[in-house]
Amino acid sequence: MPIACEFEYYKPKTLPEALALLAKHKGKAQALAGGTDLLVWMKEGLRSPEAVVDVKALKELKGLDLKGGALHVGARTTFAELIESKLVKEKFPLLWECSRTVASVGVRNRATLAGNICSAVPSLDSAPALLTYEAVVLVQGSKGKRDIPISQWFTGPKKTALKDGELVLGVKIPLPKKHGACYAKLGRYRGEDLAQVGVGIMALANDEYRVAFCAVGPTPMRAKRIENALNGNKLSDELICRAQELVPQEIKPISDIRSSKEYRLHMAGVMLERGLKAAAARLAGEGPAYGESVL
Amino acid sequence: MKKVSIQFKLNGVLRQLKAAPNDTLLELLRDKLGVKSPKTGCDRGDCGTCTVFMDGRTVRACLVLAPEADGREITTLEAISKNPSPLQKEFAKRNSFQCGFCAPGIVLSATELLKKNKRPTREEIQEAIAGNLCRCTGYTPIIEAIEAVAGKRGA
Repeated sequence: MPIACEFEYYKPKTLPEALALLAKHKGKAQALAGGTDLLVWMKEGLRSPEAVVDVKALKELKGLDLKGGALHVGARTTFAELIESKLVKEKFPLLWECSRTVASVGVRNRATLAGNICSAVPSLDSAPALLTYEAVVLVQGSKGKRDIPISQWFTGPKKTALKDGELVLGVKIPLPKKHGACYAKLGRYRGEDLAQVGVGIMALANDEYRVAFCAVGPTPMRAKRIENALNGNKLSDELICRAQELVPQEIKPISDIRSSKEYRLHMAGVMLERGLKAAAARLAGEGPAYGESVL
Repeated sequence: MKKVSIQFKLNGVLRQLKAAPNDTLLELLRDKLGVKSPKTGCDRGDCGTCTVFMDGRTVRACLVLAPEADGREITTLEAISKNPSPLQKEFAKRNSFQCGFCAPGIVLSATELLKKNKRPTREEIQEAIAGNLCRCTGYTPIIEAIEAVAGKRGA
């Protein structure tokens, strides 16, 4: 399907130039990083910008490094780069594990983490990791910078807190304490598919847990009620049962082409159990290797 | 809509031309430059039949704007096929493909895998070609061919 809308293509070399273009075409400009969602949306007519601003020449959006106690993921960083990073694998295993489940190799070679959160689809694989790591989205507009906590980023399906004229510079992820993690993703088949249910778990020392879901509500979400029930308690089958009983209070799945609401609700509970057990085992240096599916 | 002047290496040859901003790299290659190995399948990044190398990594040519190719190096199956690789010979020997529509994409994806990982497990092979759909073979002869050449010289 060709792209029907007509637009001007810009590849600014400096950030002020890029921001000026976004301001000039307010409401009708689209930033382009990997383009793996944007091009599909333009083909489908969901987006018809009059200006496409390619951000891949901006040095401010480059980089994947640890500084000031946080991982800085520049907006140009692709999922392939995240997966190939030793630093990410060792210090941020949940981000590493979820990155491996995004689409396919050829898409991950172009798709970026920043682009992913700007797409803000409910089934966003990277969201449970960013929510549990309490990431911050770094945003720049013509009037200055804003730091938006990821908990306030997703405002609806395909909707974010980003305002017209603003550009995502990157994502900052505070270096967490030693933890075990698990991202469990349910698809209709193994291989390339969007999540029917996604669960991200982080297990820290002293029985502290963080839990987040995707694909089971209008936006990805942290599950604080489940966390409160788990925190401070030794993980046991009985405790997991109590946590599972809270699942219907946390998530609001719908029925769609990929799954029924009932199946999503049921599997979210099953995946919560498997994910908790795997994350706890990995914290103890046991359990399945990262990247191995628990489903 | 202003056309964009672009310059890129296509299979080792420098090309200079003007592209419409809303042309995809796939349309540019097939319709303007006559490079036909990348195919138009789903045209939304799911099927992998439009796969090409961009600076040595596989990308979906249907999801790249033509102007984005500026300054890049694009390699398609045509360049690789001048001297068929051991992988291609193994695919042919085993009759791994039937209709062949997915073959250019799978050859490139498997080539990228073997470049990064000399001894992939079966699971790693499946993951590497998960974004390349084949509707003829059930994948088995494709996976077996990749397994057979993995670890051999020049694969």
